[in-house]
Amino acid sequence: MSFEAFLIVAAILFCIGLYGALARRNVLAVLMSIELMFNAVNVTLVAMAKYLAPAGLMDDISTVLTGQVFAVFIITVAAAEIALGLGIVFAMYRTNETVDLSEATQLRN
Amino acid sequence: MLFQDVVFWILAVMAIVGALGVVLLPNLFRAALLLIVVFVAVAGMFILLSAEFLAVVQILIYVGAIAILIIFAVMLTRDVQRGNLPNRMHIPAAVFAALLLSALVAVAVDTEWNFLPDDQQERVELVQVSAVTTLTGEALDEAGVSQTEQKEMQESGLADLLISDYVLPFEAVSVLLLAALIGALVLVRPNPGTGRG
Repeated sequence: MSFEAFLIVAAILFCIGLYGALARRNVLAVLMSIELMFNAVNVTLVAMAKYLAPAGLMDDISTVLTGQVFAVFIITVAAAEIALGLGIVFAMYRTNETVDLSEATQLRN
Repeated sequence: MLFQDVVFWILAVMAIVGALGVVLLPNLFRAALLLIVVFVAVAGMFILLSAEFLAVVQILIYVGAIAILIIFAVMLTRDVQRGNLPNRMHIPAAVFAALLLSALVAVAVDTEWNFLPDDQQERVELVQVSAVTTLTGEALDEAGVSQTEQKEMQESGLADLLISDYVLPFEAVSVLLLAALIGALVLVRPNPGTGRG
């Protein structure tokens, strides 16, 4: 359970999410892949907060929580993102009767 | 230590297999269920990394809210039968993701990380597990922490940090959540012209 093992698992999760976000046609699958990437970044941040020594450690012990604070903000932004994203999905479904991204071509021309 | 290693590898396999299922399974509903498996595995990793508060938040927000919202969206859009098809770019996307993965792994293995000194491990762990400052004097006395350090540690929980050093981003993120809430309401509101829902 070394630090590098956490980083590598997070990197694998991130790249799977990246592939999903780039290669899927269903917009809900893309949203799920983006959530995977958020989670991978959170794992990285929390692992760094646990294993690495921040610059101001000797002056202020609370600097070891910086990674966790960042993770809290990322979780909040992910919640906002999914609320808006699903709103857009429903708006798209109402006008297009589909959630296929390759058929979302209203902005072309 | 050995037990933690076993738990870590179980969680890692859960997360990676679940993530592969999310992006590769043709049935979107099953993909959404596997997403919950990934979220739970990540929450377990947070516990291994002594971030208990984040693990609870992960379960509450990701599993309790985000995954349920996605499952509702999957059921409401009725595109489950057509499935989760790849687009024309899926081979370049896979190559790009694999290249990025090899770069990230190379960086993770090669970098000289500035690890915590061993004598600080226990202090850091005590601070990190206390999201809201719940450290009592007795627990700190048992861990052999001096009185001045006790005061410092009791004032450095995650909650204290959010309303002191990080108060500006905290307020900004609150406004962002409010804006997202209003935006989502506007987007799903029935169209006034057509009356369709």
